[in-house]
Amino acid sequence: MQAFLHQLLSGLANGSIYASVALALVMIFKATHHVNFAQGELAMFSTYVAYTLIHAGVPYWGAFVITLVFSFAIGVAIERLLLRRLRHASALTVVIVFIGLLVIFNGLAGPLFGFTIKEFPTPFAPNASYGSTYLSPHEVGMIGVTLIVLAIVFAFFRFTRLGLAMRASAENPQSSRLVGIRVGWMLALGWGLASVLGAIAGMMAAPSVFLEPNMMVGIVLYGFAAALLGGIDNPWGAPIGGFIVGVLENLAGAYVVGSHLKLALALAVIVAVVVFKPSGLFGRTVVVRV
Amino acid sequence: MTMVSATADIASAPARRISGRRLWLAALLVFAVVVPLVSSGYHVFQLTQIVMYAIAILGLNLLTGYSGQISLGNGSFYALGAYTAAILMTNAKLPYWATPPIAGAVCFVAGLAFGRSVTRLEGLYLALATYALGVATPQILKLDVLERWTGGNQGVVLSKPTSPFPSLLNDDQWLYFFCLGAAVILFIVAWNIVRGRTGRALIALRNHPIAAGTMGIPVAAYKSATFGLSAMYTGVAGALGALIAGFVGPDSFQIILSIGFLVGGVVGGIASIFGVLFGAAFIELVPDLTKQVSEMSPSLRWLAELQYPAYGVLLIATMLLMPGGMAGLVRSVELRIARHLHHPPRT
Repeated sequence: MQAFLHQLLSGLANGSIYASVALALVMIFKATHHVNFAQGELAMFSTYVAYTLIHAGVPYWGAFVITLVFSFAIGVAIERLLLRRLRHASALTVVIVFIGLLVIFNGLAGPLFGFTIKEFPTPFAPNASYGSTYLSPHEVGMIGVTLIVLAIVFAFFRFTRLGLAMRASAENPQSSRLVGIRVGWMLALGWGLASVLGAIAGMMAAPSVFLEPNMMVGIVLYGFAAALLGGIDNPWGAPIGGFIVGVLENLAGAYVVGSHLKLALALAVIVAVVVFKPSGLFGRTVVVRV
Repeated sequence: MTMVSATADIASAPARRISGRRLWLAALLVFAVVVPLVSSGYHVFQLTQIVMYAIAILGLNLLTGYSGQISLGNGSFYALGAYTAAILMTNAKLPYWATPPIAGAVCFVAGLAFGRSVTRLEGLYLALATYALGVATPQILKLDVLERWTGGNQGVVLSKPTSPFPSLLNDDQWLYFFCLGAAVILFIVAWNIVRGRTGRALIALRNHPIAAGTMGIPVAAYKSATFGLSAMYTGVAGALGALIAGFVGPDSFQIILSIGFLVGGVVGGIASIFGVLFGAAFIELVPDLTKQVSEMSPSLRWLAELQYPAYGVLLIATMLLMPGGMAGLVRSVELRIARHLHHPPRT
């Protein structure tokens, strides 16, 4: 029982990472109907930036904030410089461009920051009082940070004018433009926020998966699974999907398939969702008019 | 659809251009036959790789370029083909020449099954599912249950095919002609599929699935059949790849393999048959060339590390600047020349 509880709770901790990644994916999907395949690699790149800053002597939370600003800038830049030109492009074109971005960031990380696997520090002391036999302080911190971030994101979208404008331009770009919202910039802002969410996920995940160019490959696969499971057009569903797949991953890893098949499990979740319930648990079923 | 349209030149291709095409084709065949006879072992190896990649990229083009189903996981079918060949040769003691057709058949069935289950998926969801398939492939290959056949992490070492006419062709040259034979057959089949009724049906369901269905094209059947066909091409390439390398191991089938096919397809022209050759030559030769250049002097060593970022930049640049790839570029230059000849600009 104790072992089960431990697996369950640390599944929630992993799930918090997937929740952030899934929310980032959903944010971009809502606004543009594209899935950002490069989300994970962007997050990995941001994590390297944080690592470099920390090693240059910047205190952890300082490096954390600078990294978020950097990630925001990169996200905005990608939207403004690249995705803007592809507004009317086919799904295939956009997917290929995202794969291009994925390869660029993945390929640059090695030459820029070194190929060796690095240890990434955690801001949560290993003997802190909030740790327990079930969850290490870092895992508690991971869940805490994710919940705070989710709360901020939802408050932002619910209670600020800017958040409202962003929701409006995702929902109905034409009418939004007519009432004076700068839809293009709202999209760029969405990209920036998504990239910030990814960076947080990366920095929270790095202490346990270690920092290397491919660290986000598996995580982002679970992020995809989470986003699909929660309903890819539902921002509330994404974090819930994240926590579900996190727990599922841990329980299945401990009791069913073993830890060697974690990626195949994500594949199974993705295929199962897209085949049996493409709208996910909380998504809207899309009806296409012929 | 901003992608190149393959329909345009079916309708408007003048007869004169077809004979021009024949000439090019003949030249290409002469090149493909003569050059390996006179070049060194390493170059023969490279040419063999190019022919093999061409088959794999052709499989991707049929699926993604023509029927519009985005696959980021064709490397999985390549792996399936390679492992099928390896297992047939080591466990069933089959001769090497029997493996590509069987690998093709196995992959056709697998592709059909996968295609059948994902046939309802629109572009993005399919891209996601195939991407997940591609990422998960090495893990599946390393499974303990399959280790008896797959060799787990170690993989399987194969004996290289030997030439039946050692006085005429050495082993490398023989393997090259073996691959070339397979490629010629598969190219002719693809050409006929694409230029006929089936090809038009595929293009129709790529450009407008709903309209295609209304016109009586069985969309689901065509989609899953194309998936099977694409997997078959890729599987044959995988079997040939295993013969060329003399080895299969799980880590040669990472997601970057599927991405490599995509790069080849996009650079050559994703909706073209002969652009494939350019794409295949590109993914085989460019990394090699970069490596050679970077070894020329220590100050150029950084070049070798930038192969993958360069792939990415190239993918994006091709999509932005010439979405038809090399084939599209050649086609538009051809058209421009033809127009110039028919209607010389007034002075």
